[in-house]
Amino acid sequence: MVTLKVLKYVLYDVLRSRMVLAYALLLFVFSYALFYLESDPSKSVLSLLNIVLLLVPLVSIIFGTIHFYNSREFIEMLLAQPMSRRSLFFSEFLGLALSLTLALVFGIGIPAITFGVSATSLFLILVGVLLTFVFVAIAIWSAVVTNDKARGIGVSLLLWFYFTILYDGIILLVLFYFSDYPMEKVMMILSALNPVDLGRISVLLRLDVSALMGYTGAVFQKFLGSISGTVTALALLVLWSLLPLWFGNRYFRRKDL
Amino acid sequence: MLRLSHLSKSFGRLQVVKDLSVDFGRSQVVCLIGPNGSGKTTMIKCILGLVIPDEGKIVVNSHQVGRSWNYRRAIGYMPQINRFPDNIKVKQLFEMIKDIRQHRGDYDEELYRAFNIELIGEKRMSTLSGGMRQKVNAALAFLFNPAILILDEPTAGLDPAASEILKEKILSCRTEGKLIVITTHNMSDVEELADQVMLLHDGTLKFYGQLSELKTKTGSNKLSRALIEAYSRTADTVIK
Repeated sequence: MVTLKVLKYVLYDVLRSRMVLAYALLLFVFSYALFYLESDPSKSVLSLLNIVLLLVPLVSIIFGTIHFYNSREFIEMLLAQPMSRRSLFFSEFLGLALSLTLALVFGIGIPAITFGVSATSLFLILVGVLLTFVFVAIAIWSAVVTNDKARGIGVSLLLWFYFTILYDGIILLVLFYFSDYPMEKVMMILSALNPVDLGRISVLLRLDVSALMGYTGAVFQKFLGSISGTVTALALLVLWSLLPLWFGNRYFRRKDL
Repeated sequence: MLRLSHLSKSFGRLQVVKDLSVDFGRSQVVCLIGPNGSGKTTMIKCILGLVIPDEGKIVVNSHQVGRSWNYRRAIGYMPQINRFPDNIKVKQLFEMIKDIRQHRGDYDEELYRAFNIELIGEKRMSTLSGGMRQKVNAALAFLFNPAILILDEPTAGLDPAASEILKEKILSCRTEGKLIVITTHNMSDVEELADQVMLLHDGTLKFYGQLSELKTKTGSNKLSRALIEAYSRTADTVIK
């Protein structure tokens, strides 16, 4: 398949970029330090979770957008060859997502192994990988839809800001104004609309620290129980990466390059 | 071999190509000329399927463009690329395009050898100078023996020796029966290569025919004079 052939070279190119190496190194240093300083590994997973929830979406969305813009002329050249736009689109996506995944697995995985693997740290890596796919998909979508590089990066940064920071504020505001009503179902829907929240909840459900779960997490646990809550959250994350990918591909197919 | 009929394309409110119809046959070099922003690149991108026309159709070797991507097997394209992926080596770029095209016949490695690309195989694309990149692009376009070659300003940035090699290659491809479409601003290239000249202005076809015809019709013997004359005529006159 042509997708795999192109993917090979995209992977080769992205894996050697300095930004991916720096990203892996940064994760490695953070997680090594956290595992080293904290004697209780579940506590270090908790601190690591906060870093992963902030850093993974940021790096994925920024690096993804920039890389797609920088490959523009090269993409044009490849599309003048006998290959479909869909093959190219998915090989770019997979190349980016898999390289960042590799960096993540290396950066957190090696410290986790040296300090004794726990199920929760593996689970944290899984959630990180899913978030990588989600935010690379969003990045490519925003790079495809906006023609101007500066505007595309702006859109990406704004989306990151919205999902990681603004969203919590909005939820609090909604809760505050509608505190007289039963909000459980609404809250569940609201948290399903934010991939970062979904990632957070699914790790916290595994850690069983309900005090730290926040309102949405508690609702998830109450309604779905630990296991099915986790599975639902993960499935929603997969959906979150497929949706922008589908829209991006649809737009890219008819785009003037 | 390559036919455009009633091709139109606009970007937003700006109409870049207006009702363009033209027919190219085999064994000829067509020079596509016109001032900046006259729609040359858009026309080429429409042929390659990179830009999707609003109206009209393009037929390449009896395959209609837009239905499938298979017709591009018959096309070699030499773009003007300034930015390649940072970490891809020259050698890998060739492997990659070979991988994608799955070419069955012989490779045409004449330019590859003439430009000594073997020697820079280990260099990364991003470290090459503009002229070297042009050489790589040219070698890639000719590598798969395509029946149609589309060259976007092929001699821009090439040193005189390389430019001469490329022009000879273009002429020998013409004798092999290929169609070569070139955009250029270099008038001596047009004088040396063109069988047919195609003049675009504001997205409309102003002239399509032999070079000598253009000269007599504009009443000027030097091509550059003839072109200035042709460019300066108002947008709605067609040179007849």
